[in-house]
Amino acid sequence: MKKVSKVLLGVTVLMLSAALCACGGGKKNESSETANSSSTETTHEGFIFGMTQEVTSVDPHMDTDAATRGVLFNVFEGLVKATPEGDVKPAVASEYTVSDDATVYTFTVRDGITFHDGNAVTPEDIKYSLERSAEIDGESSALSAISDIAIPDDKTVVLTLSAPDSEFIYNLTIAILEQANDANQGTAPVGTGPFAIKELKEGQYLDLVKYDGYWDAAALGDYIPSARFKFISDAQTAFMELKGGSIDALQYLTSDQINTLGDEYNVVEATMMLVHGLFLNNQYEPLQDARVRQALNYAIDRDQINEMMFGGKSQLIQTHGYPTITAWYNADTESTYTHDVDKAKELLAEAGYEGGFDLEITVPSSYTQHVQTAEIIADQFSQIGVNVTLNQVEWSSWLEDVYRGRNYQATVIGFDISSLSPATWYKRYYSTSSNDMTNFSNADYDAAYEAALATIDHEEKHSLYGQMQQILAEQGASVFIEDPADFIAINSKYTGYTTYPVSAIDLSLVKVAQ
Amino acid sequence: MKYFVKKFIALIITLLVISLLTFTAFSVIPGDAAISKLGVEASPEAIAKLQAEYGLDKPLPVRYANWLGDALHGDFGQSYRYDRMTVAQLLGSRLPVTILLAVMSFIIIVVIAVPLGMLSARFSGKWLDVLINQVTQITMAIPSFFLGIILTYIFGLVLKVFKTGGFVSMEQDLGACIRYLILPAVAVSLPKIAMVVKYLRNSVLSEIDKDYVRTAYSKGNSESQVLYGHVLRNALIPVITFVAMVVAEILAGSLVIEQVFSIPGMGRLLITSISTRDYPVVQAAVLYITSVVVVINFLVDVLYQLADPRVRTA
Repeated sequence: MKKVSKVLLGVTVLMLSAALCACGGGKKNESSETANSSSTETTHEGFIFGMTQEVTSVDPHMDTDAATRGVLFNVFEGLVKATPEGDVKPAVASEYTVSDDATVYTFTVRDGITFHDGNAVTPEDIKYSLERSAEIDGESSALSAISDIAIPDDKTVVLTLSAPDSEFIYNLTIAILEQANDANQGTAPVGTGPFAIKELKEGQYLDLVKYDGYWDAAALGDYIPSARFKFISDAQTAFMELKGGSIDALQYLTSDQINTLGDEYNVVEATMMLVHGLFLNNQYEPLQDARVRQALNYAIDRDQINEMMFGGKSQLIQTHGYPTITAWYNADTESTYTHDVDKAKELLAEAGYEGGFDLEITVPSSYTQHVQTAEIIADQFSQIGVNVTLNQVEWSSWLEDVYRGRNYQATVIGFDISSLSPATWYKRYYSTSSNDMTNFSNADYDAAYEAALATIDHEEKHSLYGQMQQILAEQGASVFIEDPADFIAINSKYTGYTTYPVSAIDLSLVKVAQ
Repeated sequence: MKYFVKKFIALIITLLVISLLTFTAFSVIPGDAAISKLGVEASPEAIAKLQAEYGLDKPLPVRYANWLGDALHGDFGQSYRYDRMTVAQLLGSRLPVTILLAVMSFIIIVVIAVPLGMLSARFSGKWLDVLINQVTQITMAIPSFFLGIILTYIFGLVLKVFKTGGFVSMEQDLGACIRYLILPAVAVSLPKIAMVVKYLRNSVLSEIDKDYVRTAYSKGNSESQVLYGHVLRNALIPVITFVAMVVAEILAGSLVIEQVFSIPGMGRLLITSISTRDYPVVQAAVLYITSVVVVINFLVDVLYQLADPRVRTA
């Protein structure tokens, strides 16, 4: 008994003294950090871009989310690449020609272009890359339209399509990878872009380093030598880090946050390139009737949502379209509906829902933007007797039940622009399409879609896509609300940041301010 | 020896049951790893292919048997979410950070709470006791995430003695890593300190009227000799249990604090793995947490015996 008590006493004393020492040490360290933090500020380690979404894979053919696409834009290039204006320009190919019937695309490999490991890009690499991507995406890959890839000489690649497609060039932003590196595409891929991957630390950061042999280096001038994308899952924490100086740039800020930033930040205003809205399951009984869907479009107050959520800076829409891409957008659709509660009630009564009906809105809970929008909508719909209940689900459940299973009544979500090809946007409403999440089905729409795919005449295409947007608006396919405003804050130590209409965080335009 | 064997068998059975439960739970809840990974633009074929690659197309018992067979060989498989990482690598990179945070928090708790609790008991009813009581009451009421935000705001943005989000990994610079973890450790510790103080105070007060204390005084011991030499040891028993629970909790990953301070620890890993349906990682992480709890309980039993030999017979 005595012995044990002595042992215990000894242990306690030891523990306490060790703890006291550690505590003293801690205090000392804290004061030395004051000295440190000022020194780290002068020895700047490079540009740090904060990301609230994580990059989980560096294989550009696997990337599926907007965040990963945006980051990898710096590392990989396709035969062509997107421009800030929303078009494409030659990249790995220095020039290309399209046959008159839009079935044969001929590319010339750019002279002297090299991968990050210094090896020259060959036509075989291009063939390999297109085939690899097509195989990963399976039958529904846009590249499955290619019937033949020919290499007539060591500078030329000829793609032949199984059917005419004048929009096909937009699909060729797919990354060109090095065939010799086949075994490492998932772990250490090399591209041809202005930056090479230095290190991906899963869940923490992705480090990029400038590629000195970049083909367009002369035109770009002296851009930043290195950059880090830092993953901070919590938006509030990320904003704190921006203010504390741990990161230099952050996107998706709110207008409230922007107002608290001082002169040491430049704010770039853009749109999220997102068709944000209340998407309706056209198979759900009350919503099968176009008049009911139109009533919802009259009942919604888009201005109020814009004001409350984005400080009034969003672009309001009434169809599935991206207003900043003027080449395809049909601005006439914007006057289809006005905020008119009486008209909405009238339409509901005509359709036989005089007393309103119950509507469950399923929202992915991790996206506050969607949840808050749904709450405002619930309030607005209560004025016409539509009784909304919110069902918050996890993102994984949303993907499986709502998106894949189409087992929902209505949902608030945004569709980002994954490709510059309008055909990919409007396929979403084609009756038999596998991603027709809203179950929208309209014979006129289907006919226009087929015609748009078939034609190679730009004018005709433009007019057909315009008609389709008109149909979506008039039929009230869903309640399209806005392309939300996006605010990006960048430390004024840097200049040149430019936004793109596609997911691209282009750091080759960023320079250290003079 | 027999005791150890018994405890070890109990651990194995617990782990088996828990792993089976986690497996079943994940097959019941909606959400699919392949869909979650590939996102909205993925083609149905690509999803089917990935599901086959992960073995998700097989029935649950087969999947569980496969997983168990590999796990017994120490192979916890590949993470679904992170293409390039095995589960072992992922846990290996996150565990040290969480353990370091737990050790630091533990030290802070013991160093501050034990003396405060003793003081509070010694001066029970006096102004010092009242003051300690009030302060602990307040710190107990503050949720640690709020405390974390307040601390980052004050020390990071106003005083600038702490770089918000400037986490430095252990391999890079251990000193800097420890320095970064001080504030998070404080945020974790403060509410717990309050609870330990209360526990200890009440525990000491309930001991202080017992016969052995009177005997100790009558033998000519001073008040502090009696308190620290005799009462503390007996009073510690319930406190050990509580502190052990706290340690287990921190070792499991203090999710909120890790989030607020951007610390790449276990808690954050577990949450992202669950929401992205990264089953292999979740399985391994849950097993880790189970082991921590069971092992710590075991250690507490051993400590009890050291503190009070009567427990051994029980």
